[in-house]
Amino acid sequence: MSNIPEDLKYAKSHEWVRLDGDIATIGITDFAQSELGDVVYVELPEVGRVLQLGDTFGSVESVKTVSDVYAPIAGTVTEVNASLGARSELINSDPYGDGYMLKLRVDDPSALGDLLDAAGYAAVIA
Amino acid sequence: MSNLKGFRMKRMPEPQLIFEQSSPGRIGCNVPVADTPEVDLSAVLGDLREELNLPEVGELDLLRHFTRLSHINYGIETGFYPLGSCTMKYNPKINEKTAGLPGFANLHPMQPVATIPGALEILIGVQEMLIAITGFDEITLQPLAGAHGEMTCLMLIKAYHESRGEGKQRHIVLVPDSAHGTNPASAARCGYDVRPIPTTEEGNTDLVALAAALDDSVAALMLTNPSTLGLFEPNIEQICEMVHAAGGQVFCDGANMNAMVGTTRPGDHGFDCMHLNLHKTFSTPHGGGGPGCGAIGLKSHLEPFLPAPVIRRSEGKVIADTDRPSTIGRVSGFYGQFLMEVRAYTYLRAFGKEYMADISRHAVLNANYVRARLKDVLPPAHDRPCMHECILTAEKYKKENGIRALDISKRLIDYGFHPPTNYFPLIVPECLMIEPTETENKETLDDFCDVMIEICREAVESPDLLHDAPSTQIVGRLDETAAVKNLDVRWWPSK
Amino acid sequence: MPYIPHTDADRAEMLATIGAQSIDELFREIPANLRVAPGSLDLPPALDEHRLMAHLWEISKKNVNLADVTCFLGAGIYDRYIPASVGAVISRGEFLTAYTPYQPEASQGYLQAIYEFQTMTAELYGMDLANASMYDGATSMAEAAIMSTSIKKRDKVAVSEAVHPHYRQVLETYCWSMGIEIVVLPALEAGATKDYSTAEGVSSVIVQYPNFFGTIEDLAAARKAATEKDALLIVVADPVACALLKTPGSFGADIVVGEGQPLGVAMGLGGPMVGLFACKKEFIRQIPGRIVGRTKEAHGDKPGYVMTLRTREQDIRREKATSNICTNEALMALAATVYMIALGKNGLKQVATTSVRNTQYAIQQLTAAGATLKYTGKSFDEFVLELPKDPTFVRDELLKRNILAGLPLGPYYATLTKCLLVAVTELRSKDEIDTFASALAEVLK
Repeated sequence: MSNIPEDLKYAKSHEWVRLDGDIATIGITDFAQSELGDVVYVELPEVGRVLQLGDTFGSVESVKTVSDVYAPIAGTVTEVNASLGARSELINSDPYGDGYMLKLRVDDPSALGDLLDAAGYAAVIA
Repeated sequence: MSNLKGFRMKRMPEPQLIFEQSSPGRIGCNVPVADTPEVDLSAVLGDLREELNLPEVGELDLLRHFTRLSHINYGIETGFYPLGSCTMKYNPKINEKTAGLPGFANLHPMQPVATIPGALEILIGVQEMLIAITGFDEITLQPLAGAHGEMTCLMLIKAYHESRGEGKQRHIVLVPDSAHGTNPASAARCGYDVRPIPTTEEGNTDLVALAAALDDSVAALMLTNPSTLGLFEPNIEQICEMVHAAGGQVFCDGANMNAMVGTTRPGDHGFDCMHLNLHKTFSTPHGGGGPGCGAIGLKSHLEPFLPAPVIRRSEGKVIADTDRPSTIGRVSGFYGQFLMEVRAYTYLRAFGKEYMADISRHAVLNANYVRARLKDVLPPAHDRPCMHECILTAEKYKKENGIRALDISKRLIDYGFHPPTNYFPLIVPECLMIEPTETENKETLDDFCDVMIEICREAVESPDLLHDAPSTQIVGRLDETAAVKNLDVRWWPSK
Repeated sequence: MPYIPHTDADRAEMLATIGAQSIDELFREIPANLRVAPGSLDLPPALDEHRLMAHLWEISKKNVNLADVTCFLGAGIYDRYIPASVGAVISRGEFLTAYTPYQPEASQGYLQAIYEFQTMTAELYGMDLANASMYDGATSMAEAAIMSTSIKKRDKVAVSEAVHPHYRQVLETYCWSMGIEIVVLPALEAGATKDYSTAEGVSSVIVQYPNFFGTIEDLAAARKAATEKDALLIVVADPVACALLKTPGSFGADIVVGEGQPLGVAMGLGGPMVGLFACKKEFIRQIPGRIVGRTKEAHGDKPGYVMTLRTREQDIRREKATSNICTNEALMALAATVYMIALGKNGLKQVATTSVRNTQYAIQQLTAAGATLKYTGKSFDEFVLELPKDPTFVRDELLKRNILAGLPLGPYYATLTKCLLVAVTELRSKDEIDTFASALAEVLK
């Protein structure tokens, strides 16, 4: 059974968002990492890139599959998780913590309301 | 485990890398000694390289090294190799002999064309026989592999649209979701945007979705027929008409030509062009992953754009025509995979008019036989007669026993068989794609089916046997994650 | 038909199991108007094995093969000795009739051989790593150019005029199709690339080493020019020459490609060949084609080999793959592996050294016979002669004397209509070179 923290918001494409002021931390869900298997490589955007809702901002690779990752909310990249370069397995071991992918300064924090809550996401993957 | 039969490692030492067997001063071949005056290499060449670290071994050591390696490698001559979509049929020995004739093997590609009339006769001979078999107007043998042939076909289509002033506007290529990965990759190579087309529950192209996708931005539809589901597309004529009505072209992925040889001709179906894998259908050896051999067929409206040189008849002679003002250019260095064409020519002449249809008829018979014998343990993905391969699903073993298609495949290795293709096409869950080919006899198919039934029983009763498989090979399952994370793609002397 | 083992009894039993009356019934989903009757195609009659061999032998005899003439023709494909062990290894059924090693446990032999191939290719070129092979030298170069555009994000490449004309033609085809612009760098003046000034805004600079004219390009200058343009340096290199020459890698080349045919592959009218592809390790994720890696068992300690970095490839990445290549030239890569091992470090150096000695001697003798050396840069085993008579006429006259003299360059370079490209490998003897020189003197008289 996948771990779906109550305090986060989710996109159907399996990204999670944690909002702190106008800074959103984004990663992929526990369900997504378990479907992918051992993550061996993570592609991340450059800091400063402007993302529209739904833009591909990177990809997560296992040995036999690659999944693109989409911006669940619009904003500007302020930070990427550099430790994933050497330790991509953090996405498997701690998807909601050290395995986050990036931080965005969001254009419109209220857009968070358009995302799924934990129960909504649980229904998507059921 | 005592009941396991078939291919296994002989007892011999663990294979070392050749670099670990090297001793300074040994050599594996006497090379010519110069009888021309000595020269000062630095004066002639300038800076010279540092140490050249190639191994030094004697000739017997070299042969033993590769004989050992061959014993831990599975080929068609080792045993049954039902790898779906790859057409692993027997490669007749006579083909190797003809391709080795000095009058073919010792030809320089830049020697004067007037000195190679025999080579041109082979090329035109293969072209003309393939025209008869496929129903196309022209064949070129220049592409070097299947994917290269796909790409060349799309280039012809691109040149055709450009010649009509629609090059920029038609930027989309439609690819069914069941297609080989090379299709979208080849389309991208030609600068096209790829749009997927779904497949219906029955396994056919979704005509409603196709109609909705067709407009004046579509350059082509890439369709595999029979599809990768092993099914003939019954609406093929209608599909080609729909695409043509929208101004697009239809490419046939010919990976599955083995189902059609002598029975039906893709050129008659309405396709504008197709690629053929001579290394699948026409029995040139797969060589461990190549050389391929990717002939393409096309209708006459695409002929002006053919890659040059074009091998054709002119005034009673065969010529290599380079005067081709509308050509897309060259797609490979010379005349294509010539020695593979010699093999294909030999194969085609062995079958001839009388026996050509026996290829597809027995390929389809064998696939349907395997399908029928396994249907109770591994249900077919579709309840229809299959063509040259059958697509079965192991979904119930995943749900009920935690056994995946891959586990079944790995267990097959323990029983001495090469596994079928797994997890392709992507739209069938826990997919096993089995292509027996026409060259396998009934006893082999029965052995294989008996083993598959036994493995399905093991999956329920002792699933760990499958999880731990294979246990009979030189190595067990390998750590592919570590292979990516700790990349080691060459040997270094310090190791 | 010996390749189809079914008896009447087999067919009957199999159809009964299937529940079909006839084989025709299995084809019922093909619309009737699209089916053709067995035996109705317009094909020549079948031949038994004896007649088949005789028929092919007859056709093969119509060609002039290189056992009949003394070969001084090179132009990217070289007449070099192929050790007997090469044929013995690559004709083994376990290698010849295998396919791509998708099941590594049953393919360790081939995977290890390819790992050895990658190691030796990288070593020859002085590069970090090499892939498991490409189709041929020409397509390998085109792939390298496209790879450079995805690394540098600029749809433009520069290629020297002294790169093999067929390679440039293939590059043009690939680039047209992808919308990539090509700048051609001049090289006809000196027979070498000297002027890189037009290479503005390019992703890569491509030179050949030695180049099509046999001249050893100044790779230090090429590297400097590429660096100034923030472009990658792609070198098309002859692997045998690299046994002696300072390696492209030591000059800082980013990608090195080449035709592997001189390493034990039959000329075969130019196919099958084997494309070599090596690069710096920082670019490994952009590399086209297959790569074999060494790892160990998932539940054990034994080392083993697998195809790795698979997510770059078309079957996983589809339209976002680094290339559409699937099947490569594994068997020819195996031939090259056996060749490099058979010759080893000393044998390959000796082949290269003998070629250099023969070439220097041939330059002396042929210029004494009335030809002029067109370019005076350093050369390895090939050079351009300027002739006082039409080179095609000269070539044809020499062919009557069983000498394949080389390649007239007029069809490839409009200003080189008086020129003949001549190659001299380790297989030519002093006698053969003398015979060539005296025949040339006679023809030029």
